[in-house]
Amino acid sequence: MIRFEQVGKRYRNGHTALSGLSLEVAAGEMVFLTGRSGAGKSTVLKLIALLERPTRGTVVVNGAHTATLAASRIPAFRRQIGVVFQDHRLLMDRPVFDNVALPLVVTDTGLKEIDKRVRASLDQVGLLGRERVLPSELSVGEQQRVGIARALVSKPPLVIADEPTGNLDPGLARETLELFQRFNKVGVTLVIATHDLQLVQDSGLREIVLEAPADGAAKPADGARREPTL
Amino acid sequence: MSGSLTAWGARHAQALLSSAGHLSRKPVATALTVIVMALALALPLALGVLVQNVQAVTGNFSDAIGLSVYLKPGTAEQRARQLVQVAASQRSVDHAELITSADALKEFRSDSGFGAALDALEDNPLPHLIVLRPKGDASPDEIESLRRYLQAWPEVDTVQLDSDWVRRYTAIMGLLHTLLVVAIVLLGAGVIAVVGNTIRLEILNRRAEIEVTKLVGGTNAFVRRPFLYTGALYGVVAGLLGWAVVTGTLMLLARPVARLAAAYGSRFELADPALREFALVVAGGALLGWLGAWLAASRELARIEPTAS
Repeated sequence: MIRFEQVGKRYRNGHTALSGLSLEVAAGEMVFLTGRSGAGKSTVLKLIALLERPTRGTVVVNGAHTATLAASRIPAFRRQIGVVFQDHRLLMDRPVFDNVALPLVVTDTGLKEIDKRVRASLDQVGLLGRERVLPSELSVGEQQRVGIARALVSKPPLVIADEPTGNLDPGLARETLELFQRFNKVGVTLVIATHDLQLVQDSGLREIVLEAPADGAAKPADGARREPTL
Repeated sequence: MSGSLTAWGARHAQALLSSAGHLSRKPVATALTVIVMALALALPLALGVLVQNVQAVTGNFSDAIGLSVYLKPGTAEQRARQLVQVAASQRSVDHAELITSADALKEFRSDSGFGAALDALEDNPLPHLIVLRPKGDASPDEIESLRRYLQAWPEVDTVQLDSDWVRRYTAIMGLLHTLLVVAIVLLGAGVIAVVGNTIRLEILNRRAEIEVTKLVGGTNAFVRRPFLYTGALYGVVAGLLGWAVVTGTLMLLARPVARLAAAYGSRFELADPALREFALVVAGGALLGWLGAWLAASRELARIEPTAS
């Protein structure tokens, strides 16, 4: 599903976020992306969602080479990926329903179909019945779940999440993880960037540890689980 | 297929409604933009109506090319009558008519409103006038030689060729038409600039929304759509208002113009902008608004790309 080969990313301001990173995530897998602040977790997610293009190496996501994908094909590419943000990125002046419906609205889905799928998605995150509420009237945990419902509503084969549990208490964090695992069971590939090491250990899932490129290159701890370097 | 077409239509309807909703939520800013645009649309429309009316008031003399032969003061009326016979017998002349100084004075007295002032004069200051209409097939050269022939008569003071006036009139109308085109181009560009700037600010205000929309796979066309509707809506409303401004102004002018026309013994009435002008200004406004929005949106939206943090 995702393949990085010797990927380097240098920003225009000269900052090198990644160098020589290789990693692979198989279809249907659920992995954690960990590492210190500045190790490049966000950059890896940006490269996967094509918010950035690599300056070196090859990034293949869902069969597409992101370095050379035509700009006109980026929207279709992004529809295959659900993105969950730490700050959830909801439109605060739109009700929950409109927020969750957005990925369907941009693809000209029929209104009945939108209604059905938005409700199903909200049901899965336990927020059915809150469609007309504004996000600001919800708790932080509920807002995060609205963001997850939005990422999943179009049934993308791949979901990436940046610190999805960063603002949640341990109980809510565990619930969120269980939610992700339920989607994983039906075949969704998930990449979750986190610094919640306890959560990673308890889950028993594969962990990719990134190291800051200062000492050479961001290296993935590929294969089996490895003790995080902290 | 028809299902997705319905969805497509619904999406456009929704974009239009959401644009209208956004505009109605900030009425003052919207009103100011619309007023500026309406005035920019009203000016060329007003100029167009002016050109139309000038044409209507003067149009009837464009087919009356003739020669006015003014006789020297003191020429006897009997001599004048003989001259008319001679003039009428010329080969290129279709018709000749004498307006004696007494007739001219009577007409002037009734039309000009200077009756009392004329009474104070001892002598009639007006000369006899012979009005000639050349034959329809007379060439300009023939008319010119006729003019020179008449001018050579000892009793003739001046010969005025009406075609001079027709030429001047045509030149003035040409100038007005050019002015109209210049006004349409300049003020149209103004409308585009006003809409473009308004849309640009609107896009910056809704940056977060645009980023998220692009992030979930919204195309540039999808993101641009509501802004194009906003621009076109501005144009339509401004066109309606501009039309109302011109129509209202004409209603205010109707009475003074009627009085003025009556003073000249004319029944001239101002022509209102017709349905054609109405459709032109509203459709033109919509088109300019759409174009301004398209220019601004294409420029700004390409610069807004989602970021992860």
